[in-house]
Parts: sequence; C-alpha cells; structure tokens
Amino acid sequence: MDLLSILQIFDSAVRLATPLLFACLAGLFSERAGIFDIGLEGKILISAFFSAGVAVLTGSIWLGLIAGLAGSVLFSAMHGLASITFRGNQLISGVALNFLASGLTVLIGEAWFGLGGRSPGLKNAERFLPIELPFAESLSGVPIFGPIYKELISGHTLLVYVALLAVPLSWFVLYRTRFGLRLRAVGENPAAVDTAGISVIKLRYAAMLIAGILCGLAGIYLATGLGAGFGKEMSAGRGYIALAALIFAKWRPWYALGATMLFGLLEAVANRYQNIDLGGFIVPVQFMQALPYIMTVIILAGIVGAAIPPRAGGQPYVKER
Amino acid sequence: MTLMQKFFGAAATLALTAGAALADPAIIFDLGGKFDKSFNESGFNGAQRWAEETGGTFLEIELQSEAQREQALRRFAEAGANPIVTMGFAMSSPIEQVAPDYPDTKFATIDGWVQMDNVLSVGFAEHQGSYLVGMIAGMKTESNTVGFVGGMDIPLIRRFACGYAQGVIAVNPDATVISNMTGTTPAAWNDPVKGSELTRAQIAQGADIVYAAAGSTGLGVLQTAADEGILSIGVDSNQNHLFPGQVLTSMLKRVDVAVYELMSAGADMPTGFMGLDLSSDGVGYAMDEHNAELVSADMVAAAEAAKAAIIAGELVVHNYSDDDTCPVLNF
Repeated sequence: MDLLSILQIFDSAVRLATPLLFACLAGLFSERAGIFDIGLEGKILISAFFSAGVAVLTGSIWLGLIAGLAGSVLFSAMHGLASITFRGNQLISGVALNFLASGLTVLIGEAWFGLGGRSPGLKNAERFLPIELPFAESLSGVPIFGPIYKELISGHTLLVYVALLAVPLSWFVLYRTRFGLRLRAVGENPAAVDTAGISVIKLRYAAMLIAGILCGLAGIYLATGLGAGFGKEMSAGRGYIALAALIFAKWRPWYALGATMLFGLLEAVANRYQNIDLGGFIVPVQFMQALPYIMTVIILAGIVGAAIPPRAGGQPYVKER
Repeated sequence: MTLMQKFFGAAATLALTAGAALADPAIIFDLGGKFDKSFNESGFNGAQRWAEETGGTFLEIELQSEAQREQALRRFAEAGANPIVTMGFAMSSPIEQVAPDYPDTKFATIDGWVQMDNVLSVGFAEHQGSYLVGMIAGMKTESNTVGFVGGMDIPLIRRFACGYAQGVIAVNPDATVISNMTGTTPAAWNDPVKGSELTRAQIAQGADIVYAAAGSTGLGVLQTAADEGILSIGVDSNQNHLFPGQVLTSMLKRVDVAVYELMSAGADMPTGFMGLDLSSDGVGYAMDEHNAELVSADMVAAAEAAKAAIIAGELVVHNYSDDDTCPVLNF
C-alpha cells in the first residue's frame, strides 16, 4: 500500500467521521449536564431535511444552514421541555423525537417536493463545496508533507474544519471556563449547584441549546456537504453510533475526536477494501462492514476500562420533595 | 340504533361490492420509494401511463417497513384489486403466504420468483442489458479501470455486476472492474452518502466510469461522479438527464412496459413466468440528446452488433443466477 492510498483512506475517514464528531460532541454537552440524549438521530435527520429543503427552495446554502440549525435547536428545546421542565423520562422523550423526525421529514418533504420524501438534488450554490486551502497545488511537489497537505488537510468542506475546531473549543469551554465547571457539576450533583445559588434549569437548557446547534451541524453536513440533497432516513443510524462513540470516549472531547475518527477509519477501510486478501485467506466484506460494531464491543469490554457516566444523568432535578 | 346499524351495514356492503366490481389494479412499491428515479419510479410511470390512456384508476402503496408487505397484499386483495402488481424481489415470500388465500386474485412479482397458479413472475435479463453498457464503458474508459456500485448484495444485483464485467472484458481484455456493494440490508437501497463514498474510493483506485445499480443510493454515485468529473452509468430508468453530459448511458430495464401491460391485461393477466430480454426490448441502453456526444457512432455500432448476436443466440452472456458464479468477477 503506497502513501497515496493511505492518505485517501484517511481523507475518506475524516469525511465520514465529521457527522459522528458533531453528534458526539452534542451528546457530550447534553449528557455532561445530566440529560441523556437518545434523540441525536432524530436531530440529525430533521436538520438534514430542513437544510437541504430550504436550500433548494431559496437557492442559498446559508439560509439552509440557518433552517437546519433552527430545526435541530427546536427539537432540542422540545427534549428540554419534556425532560427538564416537565421532568419526564429522558429516554422516552428522545425516542419519541427520533420517531417524530422520521415521520415529519417524509411528510413535509412530500408536501414540498412530491418526491416521496426525497429533496431534489442540490446545485452547487445550494451546498458546501470542498475548499482548496492555499498553496495546496504548489506544495504538492514537496515530499511527504506536500501530498499530506493536499490530499488529507486541504479539500474538505467548511464544516469539516468547523468540526475539528469544535473539539478544542469544547474542551476549553468545559474545562477552562466557569460555565463549563458549572455544566459538569450539574451533571454530577445538581443539588450542590443549586445550593450555590445557580439555576440548574438554566444551565441544562443552555446545554440543550449547544447540543442542538452541534447536532444540527451534523445533519447539515450530511445533506449539504457529504451528500447533495435529503433522502429519507439518510442519517442511517449515525446518531446511535455517535452515542456509542461518546461512551467509548468516556464523555471527554479529545477522546471523542479519537473515537469518531476510529469509527470513520473503519468505515473508510471497509468501503475501500471490500474483500481483503491475506495471502490465500480472504476476509469477506460482511466482516469488514461488521468491524466497527465488533470493535465497539471489544474496546468497551476490555481496552477502555470502566466508562462511568455523569452521576446525575437521566434524573430530572427536583428542588424539594 | 339498530336502524342506523342497518344503514351503515348496507352502505358498507355496497361499498365492498362496488370495489369488487371495479377490480382496479393495484401496485405495491418497495422500500426505495416510488420516486427513486430508478426501479420503482419506472413501475410508477407504467402505471401512470395506463391510467392516462384508459382513464382508469389504480391503488398504490409505498412500503415503509418490512412488516407492511403481507399486510398491504391482504388489504388490496380484500379490497378486490386485481391484478396486484408488486415491485421488487422481496415481495416474493409474502406473496407465497398470501396468494393461496385469494385464489381469484392475480398477483405479479416483478424481479421475484413464485410458482403458484395465480402468480406471474416477471424476470428481466439484466445481464444482457448490463453487458451492453459494459461494452460501452470498456470502449470509453481511458484509465482501463471501471467501477460498479451495487445496492443490497443479492444474486439479482450480482447478475448486473457480472453482465457488466463481461461486457467490459469483451471489448477491453486488459481492463480492471472494481465491484462494491453498499450493504446487506434493504437500507442499502437508500444510502446516497455511502454510495458517494464508495464512488470516491473507486475513483481513488483509478476508475473513470462507475455503473450504479443501487436504487436511491445510485443518485449519490451519479452525483459524486459528476462532481469529480468522471462518467457514470444509470440504471432501470433513463437517468441520462440527471447530470447531462456526465452520465455515459443508462441500463434500461423496461419495468414501465411490464407494469403497463400487466395493468392493461387486468384480470386476464397471464400467470406463470414472463421473461423480458433484449429480443423483447425488456432491457437495453439509453441514447438521447444528453449523452449523444459521449457515445460515439463506433460504440453504438459495436453495441448494436452484440445485441443482434445475443438475440440470435450467437453470443451468450453468462447469467450469474444460473450457477451463482461469475467467470470474470469475484464477489
């Protein structure tokens, strides 16, 4: 295997990992604040739909971006309303949102476009196109670094770079700001936060807002960056894989980057080499496709050690009994 | 109260008999959805043409999940629809369950295989059509590498891949054919993002023409091929117009003709097996104003010659389904 093939696989891995990374960080903020977020899948789907749908109708990707974010934040707010204000069961609320997104996207899509829930294909002005970073072409002659820069670092859509920047930003917000400290505290011991005179409700809603924005970006990237248009159920389980990555990452931003990149890499390898010939013994494609899931089990069971969720996760906060 | 019940009862009976007397045909679309720009849409176009020409109406449903297959069949059969045309191989097992219960209703399974007195199995010679588009790809390729992206990994799709590879090798023995399948579940028909990523992987391996036989997933393949400046080959419906000048040709599978004829026959629809191949124009390749500049006269001549030879029986394209092997491609 030459350098170019390796770079192309990594390049593909970065593209495939980006929606997972956004969704994983969304789950991270939400769960660190003590709200389980099974509804990542639904939020990805609804934002993918509104971003592509509005981009088609208005001809502008930026309006699509806003619509996608609005859809996802609205879903996040509904999850917040059910699980924070009304103290409902967070898992049930999340699952309900997934079902709602699955049905609503097809229903509205059929009403808008009459294409059975699919949106028309997006034209170039209606989607995020790859950005060629400066000097990519002129540096390509430089050994090792040139190809790495041209193939791997340059040539992604804007949202990929946003996702990569979101990782240090999340780390900074969570571990180096007062807001982050309080957010983490509210997921561990909300009563202590309340005693300190800080509103648990407000903090948790703030976390839901951030989760909504990040998850929205995942859906927008899927429909307007990676693909070109919405197709029904196009999230294809990525929200659940992001949840697995979140556990695997032990609810930490840098680990989340590593976990989602690993999932992306496994998928990229499975796409590239469907049947791997190991000197006479052929690894079948089905094994390659199952590999991400097998890896999840192995890593969770052995390598990563105990993954301890935030202590107050899943419990609505009740001030007094 | 009893009077009301009688009225409702009478009205219901009337409605039922009216439904039975009309005997509208029904069509069941598979999970890909009727606007997949491919297989299901082709069937819908046939039904639509029948409705426009005869002024008749037809019942239809787009399946949303596996569990609905048998339910939809029974609902249409109870409503008196005849014949009931179903799209996709996956409808075969539900038809086997349901058909014996409704001996007076006729069922058609397109791409499926059921042997019963009131069922018609419609099969297409996809390997022949794929062979012809494979020849065109083999003549057109400059990198001597062409790709194939299939939907769900089933023998039917392997038949496409195998016919295609034979066509490529026939005109260009040095060419490499890369074959990928999107997945092993029905979700593989509906994943354009994965289709796009598989296409990029094939381009990275040198492919400059990619043939998609993958339902809605194929739209992602065609999109990426157009973005990356290579050529693609569409399937089932004529997909040349989707990206004018960037789709080399489309492998036509005239599902629309089949559906139109079955609906026209109505309750008199024959049963047994109906095979549609090159000789009956059941399969073919699409030429129109969008790809006229891509496919040269020489290529058309070669494809036409092969078509004549296949019809005459001088050239035999190996059918993957015959023995589950392909002489030129490993899966």
